[in-house]
Amino acid sequence: MNFEEIKKQAIVQWKAMQQSKNTRILIGMGTCGRAAGADDILDVLNRELAQQHIQADILPVGCIGLCYAEPLIEVIKPGMPSVFYGNLTPELIPEIIKDYLVNGNPRSDLALGIRGEGMLEGITNLFDLPVLKPQVRISLRNCGNIDPENIKHYIANGGYEGLAKALRMEPQEVIDEMKKSGLRGRGGAGFPTGAKWQFCHDAPGDIKYVICNADEGDPGAFMDRALLESDPHAVLEGMLIGAYGIGASEGYIYIRAEYPLAIQRLRTAIRQMEECGLIGDDIMGSGFRFHIKIKEGAGVFVCGEETALMASIEGSRGMPRSRPPFPAQSGLWGKPTSINNVETWSNVSAILAKGAEWYAGYGTEKSKGTKNFSLAGKIVRTGLIEVPMGITLREIVYDIGGGIPEGKRLKAVQTGGPSGGFIPERLIDLPVDYESLAQAGSIMGSGGMIVIDEDTCMVDITKFFLTFTQSESCGKCIPCRWGTKQMLDILEDIANGRGRPGDIELLQELAESVKDGSLCGLGQTAPNPVLTGIRYFRDEYEEHIVEKRCAALHCKALISYYILPDKCEGCMICARNCPVQAIEGGKRMVHVIDQDKCTKCGICLSLCPPKFNAIAKVSGEPVGVPEKPVPVTVEV
Amino acid sequence: MTNPSVVQGVQALPQEQEGTSEERLNEILSSYEGRGDELIPILQQVQQVFGYLPEPAMKKIAKFLKLPESTVFGVGTFYAQFKLVPTGRNVIKVCRGTACHVRGSEQILGEVEKQLGISAGETTPDLEYSLETIACFGSCALAPVVVTNGKVHGRMAAPKVRKMLKKEAH
Repeated sequence: MNFEEIKKQAIVQWKAMQQSKNTRILIGMGTCGRAAGADDILDVLNRELAQQHIQADILPVGCIGLCYAEPLIEVIKPGMPSVFYGNLTPELIPEIIKDYLVNGNPRSDLALGIRGEGMLEGITNLFDLPVLKPQVRISLRNCGNIDPENIKHYIANGGYEGLAKALRMEPQEVIDEMKKSGLRGRGGAGFPTGAKWQFCHDAPGDIKYVICNADEGDPGAFMDRALLESDPHAVLEGMLIGAYGIGASEGYIYIRAEYPLAIQRLRTAIRQMEECGLIGDDIMGSGFRFHIKIKEGAGVFVCGEETALMASIEGSRGMPRSRPPFPAQSGLWGKPTSINNVETWSNVSAILAKGAEWYAGYGTEKSKGTKNFSLAGKIVRTGLIEVPMGITLREIVYDIGGGIPEGKRLKAVQTGGPSGGFIPERLIDLPVDYESLAQAGSIMGSGGMIVIDEDTCMVDITKFFLTFTQSESCGKCIPCRWGTKQMLDILEDIANGRGRPGDIELLQELAESVKDGSLCGLGQTAPNPVLTGIRYFRDEYEEHIVEKRCAALHCKALISYYILPDKCEGCMICARNCPVQAIEGGKRMVHVIDQDKCTKCGICLSLCPPKFNAIAKVSGEPVGVPEKPVPVTVEV
Repeated sequence: MTNPSVVQGVQALPQEQEGTSEERLNEILSSYEGRGDELIPILQQVQQVFGYLPEPAMKKIAKFLKLPESTVFGVGTFYAQFKLVPTGRNVIKVCRGTACHVRGSEQILGEVEKQLGISAGETTPDLEYSLETIACFGSCALAPVVVTNGKVHGRMAAPKVRKMLKKEAH
């Protein structure tokens, strides 16, 4: 069967599914959905549908990005609009089935929104919700919409059209199209994709490689996992297009072993491509030859750096080397190689299908198109989002993300993971593009976006990132190996109340040296959290060093717990549960914490009954308490 | 980086599998061609079967791939995924990613350590539990996350730890 026939068949099957007399229920079964309990929901669905004798097709799909509302289902009753239900519990499933599928009441109180055409009273359109309205879905176009394990679904929705188009063009025309689109590397550095391909195309050599970098190692980032789990073909099609443009006949996907579901779906996808003649020695009858291998990473962050990644594919320790030569000249096994990130590849397939001009219509002058972010941390609506470049942080945090939970104050937004920096609340109107983020001292990064509120201590969170980069430093070059360790030591001193005047300046000096002197991106960017932390939150560092105070009440060495004598009722709960017996006091006696014994675990605070609320957690300000237990004063 | 000094006392393939372990290793190797770039996939498969990288197995892999033993050992100690000592029957992984950190994973790790009586990176003496931390599990929206034997527990809290561990023991 040739591609046109496969496509026809796929469209017929897709339409038949849309017009089926059976109710269709789509269930989000990505890693996030499963972690939130989608497996239980699926069990209950199957059981209830059988009990009510309802014929329904259940379709496991990927992630639509509304992680905050997981587990999610989409119910499509014949002749009715499709309705999303979120935050499900197994108890709610029988209600939805009985009320909606049996009795025709769509339960607007439980519905999240409607997708597509049609209206139901009391339920808004899903894409009119504040969380989705500002989003533009290019890279994530099929996520949550199709069965990621069925290539026909992808093809019926325009899949492999971009490849078909590319194969009718000259390789150079494909590269030119990429240049025109303005697409820049979505792994974080933002190097123009078309230019990268051109270098690789122009490099002499018969054997060339393309690599998909799916070693998503930034703590706090899950965009690539969700994309690969939800729409693997979008990425694979992009790789084929790139390989055709460059002149490569072999490709590798380097993916972290921590993503078993994504690996499984990629393997399934590649098998189905083989069956459809979309991978092999004569793709789409064009004579274009391409094969893909999957290489599982083994848990090392630096392997996301391109030269380290290639060393790892070759079977060695994943240590970076100096550039030049760049991979485009001398990459995998010394051959010209183009390494692009998962998200970049998924944009490539969309660009070829819909045209460079269409793509360049989104975004800003220098940052075209859209960017995926995993929005997490202290935010109401966590999720996977895709937004046009140039959107402000305010729109992301407040419109899409719904602001900060529990009425807390926003402190900073962290982009770029351990390689990025903090953007303080006062720069909330900063547009999100490569240049603006760099100017603010951070980076676009691969798309991790962590929201930080007033309860987070900036010294602690910087220490957190440095702990990570220091332990992930491969040790090859001295600035990174020792510089990250020294910075971490100083940060630990500051957090532990041993900070000295001059530490801030020393940190800055070290940070600049590590930035300038390190061999690869890991070391060159590791100082970013330190530098932006000091640039925007210097007062917090000074507070820790000079006043030995942690205003966020996080750094253990700088906080104390006290039992307030006017509130303690002598119930003994805290005293009985203190793991180090640091609380003295008997029944109806005001309890007292022995500050020398206290390990500041906070158990007393979490156990003190809210009606007493007698435990105070403070930093830098002693609280007046008796030295020994005294009787509780009887209220008159 | 993995501490190479932890490879003490592991001289033979695991006792309970003696006799069959040699065959299992041969079976794994027979599906490879003997090229250097197969080293990491082979180590991954050996670890999947044996639960860790036994020293005799690494020696045999070196011979099979015609690589110096130091290279195999070097790769085995470089990657965080590889273990040179046996792991427990239940593997508890506490995510220490950024989103989990700002949502209190430090306290959760502390609680798991307290409950199991071991620190991160250690295994209980009865080989019942191993405790690991992972840099990021990629389920940040459900932070904080703990993974027990491959099952993801989202929105964890320190008081839920005891119940979670109890469930895993059986």
